[in-house]
Amino acid sequence: MNALIILIPAALVLGLAALAAFLWSMKSDQYDDLEGASWRIIADDDADT
Amino acid sequence: MAALTRDARTAPFVHTQSSGEHRLELAVPDAHCAACMRAIENALVRLDGVTTARVNLSTRKVAVAWRGAAQSPDSIVTALDRAGFTATPFDPVADTGGVDEDGRFLIRCLGLAGFAAGNVMLFSVAVWAGLGGEMGLGTRTLFHVLSGFIAVPVTLYAGLPFYRSAWRALRAGRANMDVPISLAVLLALALSIYQTAIGADFAYFDASVTLLFFLLIGRVLDNRLRARTRGAAQSLLALQSATARLETSPDQVTTIAARDVAPGDRLVVMPGERIPVDAVVEDGVSDIDIAMVSGESAPVHVRPGDRLGGGALNLGQRLLVRAIATIDGSLVAQLVRIVEAGEQNRSRYVRLADKAARLYVPIVHTLAAAVFIGWWMLAENGFAPAVHNAIATLIITCPCALGLAVPATQVVAVGRLLRANVLVKSGDALERLAEARVAVLDKTGTLTLGRPDLIHGNDPADLADAARLARASRHPLAAALTRAAGQGTIAPAATEHPGLGVEAMIGGETWRLGRAGWTGAVAGDDALELWFARGSRAPVRFAFHDAPRPDVAAFIAGLRARGLAIHLLSGDRESVAARLAADLGIADWRGGILPEDKVAYLNSLGASGAKAVMVGDGLNDAPALAAAHVSIAPASAADAAQAAADFILCGPNLAPILEAIDVARAARRRVLEGFTFSAVYNVFAIPFAAAGLVTPLISAIAMSGSSLVVVLNALRLLKRTPR
Repeated sequence: MNALIILIPAALVLGLAALAAFLWSMKSDQYDDLEGASWRIIADDDADT
Repeated sequence: MAALTRDARTAPFVHTQSSGEHRLELAVPDAHCAACMRAIENALVRLDGVTTARVNLSTRKVAVAWRGAAQSPDSIVTALDRAGFTATPFDPVADTGGVDEDGRFLIRCLGLAGFAAGNVMLFSVAVWAGLGGEMGLGTRTLFHVLSGFIAVPVTLYAGLPFYRSAWRALRAGRANMDVPISLAVLLALALSIYQTAIGADFAYFDASVTLLFFLLIGRVLDNRLRARTRGAAQSLLALQSATARLETSPDQVTTIAARDVAPGDRLVVMPGERIPVDAVVEDGVSDIDIAMVSGESAPVHVRPGDRLGGGALNLGQRLLVRAIATIDGSLVAQLVRIVEAGEQNRSRYVRLADKAARLYVPIVHTLAAAVFIGWWMLAENGFAPAVHNAIATLIITCPCALGLAVPATQVVAVGRLLRANVLVKSGDALERLAEARVAVLDKTGTLTLGRPDLIHGNDPADLADAARLARASRHPLAAALTRAAGQGTIAPAATEHPGLGVEAMIGGETWRLGRAGWTGAVAGDDALELWFARGSRAPVRFAFHDAPRPDVAAFIAGLRARGLAIHLLSGDRESVAARLAADLGIADWRGGILPEDKVAYLNSLGASGAKAVMVGDGLNDAPALAAAHVSIAPASAADAAQAAADFILCGPNLAPILEAIDVARAARRRVLEGFTFSAVYNVFAIPFAAAGLVTPLISAIAMSGSSLVVVLNALRLLKRTPR
């Protein structure tokens, strides 16, 4: 049972971390252009800018 | 390309931040791949002062930000034009209007509910597994308390969309689907807190959060669908010329928004542009196309002093016109007002989900009340089990599957139609299209291409000669003749006499191609003709017609095969409408009718109980499109018609309409299957809940299982043949 003292907080912290990551990604507009993002991956970054 | 200046009247397109940064959003309809994205962003970032430029491929828009006065909307549009992209400024204010905020709030709720559902389930599964006696009372209570700490705040916050909607409905004296949802979620929460306090075996914390999680998925899908359909329709409208060229001095022209045109403004209308507001011609002679305004397929000749209705298309020469009305006072706006009246009419349509809710809510609440009273009266010491079982009934009957059935199906159906080149403007449009049993079709621009084509049968030598003159003109009839003749030479020194025709001296003879009177011929009754005179030889007649779209016969046959009665309504002359009706074998047709008549016709159809789908493209069709049970407009249609229609057809073919009907009907079947499934599920589940046999484990399995079944059923719509 002592294991629970570590495991429960660990589970909750991991869950909260995932939730925080999700809320952050939403706040920074990462879901606004799903189509464009998939293309940006394959574009060369060192193209003329 | 729209030339923009930093005239005070175009400034609304630019939004200046307090930090001194200017932002502009432009629609770039041609951007469709990674290369376009790079090209656009590179072209803009290279400009002086531009801080960011980001293309959104999903919405085909680019957001530009710059500092200082080095750039203007004009220079940015020019830079994009040089890079090969047409860009139109887009007013984001009209676009967002708080919709996005709602969507973000829903997704935040969904994220929270998902987190809570996962973690509460972690405790619940442990509690269920330990029920045999391996888990002590202390551990179980600890798990319930921990679940409560997660579930209570999340349920209160993430349930807000439902509580608000339920409260609004109750205050208005109605009950919608959100009333039983809110009741079930909140009562489950209250019961769980009580159970935890007395150290009971079961708590329903997991039920309240998983319920919210599933229901929020439905809500988020519904919201995305609305945002996407609305966004698509708005970009289409924003792309249409909402600008006018204002002549500020004899050699200076600036572009302003059409809504800013004041009576008395002198406007330049170039060939191929629409006349923005009602106006009088001051200078120039041209032909205008009023097909969008009245359905008349032959171009109309205008000269100084003639009145023009807003929305007409200038075909021939540059015109200088004087505005005699603002856009609100113009014919266009008057039609738009009739459209709005029709749309209010349509908002009385009751969506399938609401119909189901009206049936469902009283039944469920009566049942829960009956369970409560039954246990209280019949069981010994029955108050606690009465409360417990009544709440269990509410939880198990909570309309999870019902709430998911409609949005999941509609999202799949709309996505499928988008790939078939049909834009759907609202989810309930699909439901209405599935009900349509009558098709009312417009002629010009809908069944026909809306442009004249030569009727063959002339001597090829005559045609080749006439085409030499025709190539010198941009008139639609001349263009049709050129198309029919193919490649060839242009007559030297051919001069165009606006409103009359083209003249050239060839081999010592005067050749003329144009109106009957001008070429020395006797005018026929058909406006779609050109006469060709060579010296003293007898004039030759070229006749044109507005050719039907290539797949129109298959389209009509397809409509019939789907059991729709077909009516043809045209604003064009009776003789023209009659000919097409005869060609297509349509018995119910009317020609030469006014926009008001079309509305009256549709209203009388509606009054007789026939649900009609109206297909039309003109301004004159817009009121009828709004009055119809459901409506479809091609992408070439007038703005007002697109605004009024429920579906917008991209591409030249009519066949996607048939697919839209098939998908709409299949979607309706899927939704009804979802409802039937929910009903069957409830018939089995309610007796268990009423008997007090439903544990949290059973309710969790039942809810997730039923939601999954409904979503999978909706996905079946993706299959190629939905019939």
